Amino acid sequence: MSEVVVAGHDDHHDHGPDKGLARWLFTTNHKDIGTLYLWFSFLMFLIGGVLALVIRAELFQPGLQFVEPGFFNQMTTNHGLIMVFGAIMPGFVGLANWLVPMMVGAPDMALPRMNNLSFWILPFAFTLLISTLFMDAGGPNFGWTFYAPLSTTYAPETVTYFIFGVHMMGASSIMGSINIIATILNMRAPGMTLMKMPLFVWTWLITAYLLLAVMPVLAGAVTMMLFDIHFGTSFFNAAGGGDPVMFQHIFWFFGHPEVYIMILPAFGVVSQIIPTFSRKPLFGYDSMVYATASIAFLSFIVWAHHMFTVGMPLAGQLFFMYATMLIAIPTGVKVFNWVSTMWRGSMSFETPMLFAIAFVILFTIGGFSGLMLAITPADYQYHDTYFVVAHFHYVLVPGALFSIIAAVYYWLPKWCGRMYDESLGKLHFWLSFIGVNVTFFPQHFSGLAGMPRRIPDYALQFADFNMISSIGAFIFGFSQVFFLYIVIKTIRSGKPATDRVWEGAHGLEWTLPSPAPYHSFTHPPKVTDAEAHS
Amino acid sequence: MSRAAKKNRTPASTVGRLVLIVVGMFGFGWALIPMYNLLCEATGLGGRTGGQYTYDPASERIDRSRLVKVNFIVNTNDGMPWQFWAEKNGMRVHPGELNEAKFYVRNPTDKTMIGQAVPSVVPLTATDHFHKTECFCFTQQVLEPGEEMEMPMRFFVDADLPPNVQSVSLSYALFDITELAGSRELLKESTADILGGE
Repeated sequence: MSEVVVAGHDDHHDHGPDKGLARWLFTTNHKDIGTLYLWFSFLMFLIGGVLALVIRAELFQPGLQFVEPGFFNQMTTNHGLIMVFGAIMPGFVGLANWLVPMMVGAPDMALPRMNNLSFWILPFAFTLLISTLFMDAGGPNFGWTFYAPLSTTYAPETVTYFIFGVHMMGASSIMGSINIIATILNMRAPGMTLMKMPLFVWTWLITAYLLLAVMPVLAGAVTMMLFDIHFGTSFFNAAGGGDPVMFQHIFWFFGHPEVYIMILPAFGVVSQIIPTFSRKPLFGYDSMVYATASIAFLSFIVWAHHMFTVGMPLAGQLFFMYATMLIAIPTGVKVFNWVSTMWRGSMSFETPMLFAIAFVILFTIGGFSGLMLAITPADYQYHDTYFVVAHFHYVLVPGALFSIIAAVYYWLPKWCGRMYDESLGKLHFWLSFIGVNVTFFPQHFSGLAGMPRRIPDYALQFADFNMISSIGAFIFGFSQVFFLYIVIKTIRSGKPATDRVWEGAHGLEWTLPSPAPYHSFTHPPKVTDAEAHS
Repeated sequence: MSRAAKKNRTPASTVGRLVLIVVGMFGFGWALIPMYNLLCEATGLGGRTGGQYTYDPASERIDRSRLVKVNFIVNTNDGMPWQFWAEKNGMRVHPGELNEAKFYVRNPTDKTMIGQAVPSVVPLTATDHFHKTECFCFTQQVLEPGEEMEMPMRFFVDADLPPNVQSVSLSYALFDITELAGSRELLKESTADILGGE
């Protein structure tokens, strides 16, 4: 540590970034890598969004309009894979890269070179995955959950590209998580104790542990698929003594913690934003930390609620039902704390706050439909219907995605030194808010009425709900292009931002100048009660 | 004192610990398979039945006061062209008594093929009490073009079958494993080559 400080005094010439492409290819700077992650995430979000609009265009009316059913299946599959692994997860890793070192008073991530590697694997992984859409055999078409033997015996030949793509995404996530944990555990400024850390750092610490625990299991599952496809093994092939149901157990052992990987950092973001615009400290900081940890623990013992209909002993169904419902308790604690933070606060409603409040309300709706799905006997009706689609889109779009958008509005002035246009931001919020509800709320009804998911055509009685849903989807989709315009306009010509940016903002990142200098906290900052939870 | 020591932990030692978690969880992912199989065999989850059972008439308690209906369900898996049928749809048996049922397969194609039947029993509470002393599902069936085969199956239901179980369904799914068996042979040969070359 002392060596670094001495070197910092002597080498005043290498403080700026490299010029040109080399800066981005070889950078080890956490801010550059955070930027790369965020732009990559946005690109994937647009690609995944185009696939979603193909789906919604086809479902605008009953009957087959635009695409073949086989191609439709590729759209649903790749929309899911790209949004989960390409948009949401890298989006949160980008936020972690930008914010965690600044929030804990560290000069950079603990392992800067590995940080570069974990990002640059991703473009290759997604090139592998997306290139399959242009091949004769077509891309993966077995759903983002890739249940075997559909994804082994009956898969298109390009499934091997998918498998190696997933291996690479997993490697990237694991390296990113190791880096984040090492930064948080080893690089905190003196005085920044664990229970003084901003909640975003806490939620990412717990998320990173979840990633370390389940990404290797996913890697194992796709490796077993690889063996079944190419080496004549029968992990999931009943003819050779394997068991297709076992695939579902292994997949959801990864898959359920995965859904919390996509929401815990969102909890962190919202827990930073709501106190700022309520001008009050976060209510119940300690209980927030414990609730996050409880959710993470519970996420490991509820996986079979995704597969109630495969046939399970009664005791198993009851266990997974009760354990799932238990998650509502820590989640309820969190929602209670956010509301209590706002209670009698001196609130103002800038764009990040609007997205954060929408998060609390709409995520809670998604949580409630989740509770409905947790009821085993009711799930027999809801299973694989649009009700499930509505549920997980409510927690992922106005949940995870809104929190990333809120975070961008909230910290963009710190990142680029310029303010976004508040009226454009509010317009973007209202378009997104209306679009997301018009898209996904009717899907509850079509699902309860029995419309199955993953189908290109449907019975006539679902026509109205689907048409409304498709209109909402196009509103939502195009308002995200508007978001791109707002961000570019801010970066190029926004008004200069102050260092504190927001009147009620607390935290070490706001003590830095705006834009944040290329190298920050080369000397550890003094952690005061005003800038850390106390 | 120990707190201060903890504070000075280097990134390298943290990373070392985290890598151990990753390796451990990768191993755990693979360990799920034997764990799942053990669980299924112990509880009968997924309708799994045990392997070949030896019937000992001296020690089996026969319950003549009770009749249990055993249903036979036969299926050929998607893409399996063989004909597969049972002589009877089901039979009534006394717990503890050995019974025989006959199944038949015919290969209507002009190729030699290998088939494998996979059994499954419902309800789950019956799986531990349903025993096969002889079954075609213990072996693979190789049929020449047009060949037909009679396959006897001997089984009994033991007297410990829970009293609320009045009928047991035994289902067979017949799979075409010609290709799978071929690639297995190939795998065995190439593994032998690699091991032999050591």
